[in-house]
Amino acid sequence: MSMRNSLFALATVLVFGAGAAFAQSPGGQTPKLGKPISEADIKAWDISVLPDGTNLPPGNGTSAQGAKIYTEKCVACHAEGGKGGGAPGAGPLVGGAPLTNGIETVKTIANYYPYATTIFDYIRRAMPYNAPRTLADNEVYALTAYILALNKLIGENDVIDAKTLPQVKMPNRDNFILPYPDRI
Amino acid sequence: MLDNTGAKAQHMTCMDGTRIWRLSVREEIMSTTHRRGRAPSPDLVAGNGLINRRALLGKGIAVAGAMGTAGTITGAAAEPLKDEQWSLEFGSIMPPVQTASKYEKDVARTLSNPQGEFRNSHARTPHQMLSGTITPSSLHFSINHAGVPDIDPAKHKLVIHGMVRQPLEFTLESLSRYPLVTRMAFVECAGNSAPMFSNQPLQVTAGAIHGLVSNSEWAGVKLSTLLDEAGIDPHAKWLIAEGTDAHFLARSIPVKKAYDDAMVAIYQNGERLMPGNGYPMRLLVPGYQGNMNVKFLRRLKAIEQPAYTFFESKTYSQILPGGKTWRFHFLMEVKSFITHPSFGHSLKEPGYYTISGVAYSGTGRIAKVLVSADGGKSWGEAALQEPVLDKAFTRFQMPWRWDGQPAILQSRAWDEAGNVQPLRVEFVAARGETKQPLATPLAFPNQHYNSITSWAIDSKGEIKHVYA
Repeated sequence: MSMRNSLFALATVLVFGAGAAFAQSPGGQTPKLGKPISEADIKAWDISVLPDGTNLPPGNGTSAQGAKIYTEKCVACHAEGGKGGGAPGAGPLVGGAPLTNGIETVKTIANYYPYATTIFDYIRRAMPYNAPRTLADNEVYALTAYILALNKLIGENDVIDAKTLPQVKMPNRDNFILPYPDRI
Repeated sequence: MLDNTGAKAQHMTCMDGTRIWRLSVREEIMSTTHRRGRAPSPDLVAGNGLINRRALLGKGIAVAGAMGTAGTITGAAAEPLKDEQWSLEFGSIMPPVQTASKYEKDVARTLSNPQGEFRNSHARTPHQMLSGTITPSSLHFSINHAGVPDIDPAKHKLVIHGMVRQPLEFTLESLSRYPLVTRMAFVECAGNSAPMFSNQPLQVTAGAIHGLVSNSEWAGVKLSTLLDEAGIDPHAKWLIAEGTDAHFLARSIPVKKAYDDAMVAIYQNGERLMPGNGYPMRLLVPGYQGNMNVKFLRRLKAIEQPAYTFFESKTYSQILPGGKTWRFHFLMEVKSFITHPSFGHSLKEPGYYTISGVAYSGTGRIAKVLVSADGGKSWGEAALQEPVLDKAFTRFQMPWRWDGQPAILQSRAWDEAGNVQPLRVEFVAARGETKQPLATPLAFPNQHYNSITSWAIDSKGEIKHVYA
């Protein structure tokens, strides 16, 4: 870590320094063939949402709004009420057996996911399976609300947005252990 | 003959070629000293016909005694020779890209989705038909959750951004101008070997059980170089790695690993990456879950906390017996399995055979592989083919004389950190098994399975998968 600290400090200096100083970099001279790009120009690709809500977009949705979109765009694979099995690989979106049932218990949103932000992130990047990245952010919020309400993790009328989504407490969050903490 | 206790006592002895040689010499001395007292053959190293590996190393073993007589067992004489037709006519035209002989058409990956249904698909490496350590690129395993994208390499871009001084964009052309690191590395799906979670052994090939691991020579740009050029913030502990396939597969990677031995790979076994293996560029994090080696890499974002993406929140996180759950189990632990002979092969006659297989560990190099022919009652040390490389396949071999009686073949690997591959009974005690037998070897009841594999040979030479 200290090596990277010093590299970072050195690199920061070098932005304003002469090329000759680069030769003193501990890592030696590297090609530097990356083209500078602004975060604004990366925005269309920057779709990752973090558990604390970082990078959630503006907008919102409710379960009732989500139910309509679900009927139109999701039910073919995930089946009525999110029970799954409408298509191979489309697992259930609702319910889930206790994890004490065995090591092969089907992992679901309700019995497994530590953070609700993952639902928003995955719908936005990967769904619908035949047309990823076609849902508006409000639609993603609404579908997230619909799934959370199906699982009774939020109320029927709760509004899901950048502020409320990270506050949803997922049942399995505190059940995780790290097998290799020193590798992080 | 090594029993379990003896095996442990020698466990740190053969980490490289030199040490193997020293061990060989010592064994030879012991063998010579005790030769007169032993029966029936002084060169058997463990029960049921396992022969001292010196027979493979050319250390002056009494080969005739241990390996059989000079002629064939049946004593059939060879036929008089004649020229075959292929010698008597001009051969075929060479194609610009050659493929395997037509006689090798059965050497193919097993597909989980051969009809191309609208779902994920897996192609498993046929280990029971391969040898050496490099998996041919055409037979490297592949899993795609949303099909294989058709990426124009001239348009593909990789951006590094987030907690960096200056976000940067790279192309295949610009990365190809960097000094490249070349290394061997296995890539293994965390779900590899999952059929062995079944409470009954499935009667399928080594490739069907263990085919979601492959080993290639990868060449690419050190990730640390690119992160340094972007000027990563020392507070950034994680990178989100994201692909450009049709669901933008994303995983959180510790920056610690990025600065250890990660690369952006752009060549596989000397040629550009195969489409199913991430063309035109993929992340390579040697020894970590295959899914983290993000293919079709388009974006690396430096962040402080992990993103808890779909795949790390659900698929590649494990349920333990009792209901606790593991997160961020990145490491693919030490494993070995016998590829020859194995399910699907049969032994035609008693006599000499070479037991062969692969061993690897996400922790580092393989230190030792023991082989048993009597279901684990006794073990002999296998010869490791040099070079034994970090986080890469090591081929092991064990000479064996089959007496035609039932035998159970097993292999067990140790890595240089002292980690040992568990017996199945040990593994199941810690990690559990299914309540019902699996209906298909394509199922993934859980992940990170690494116990020993057992192949039972009956008196007819037929081979079954057993738990022993």
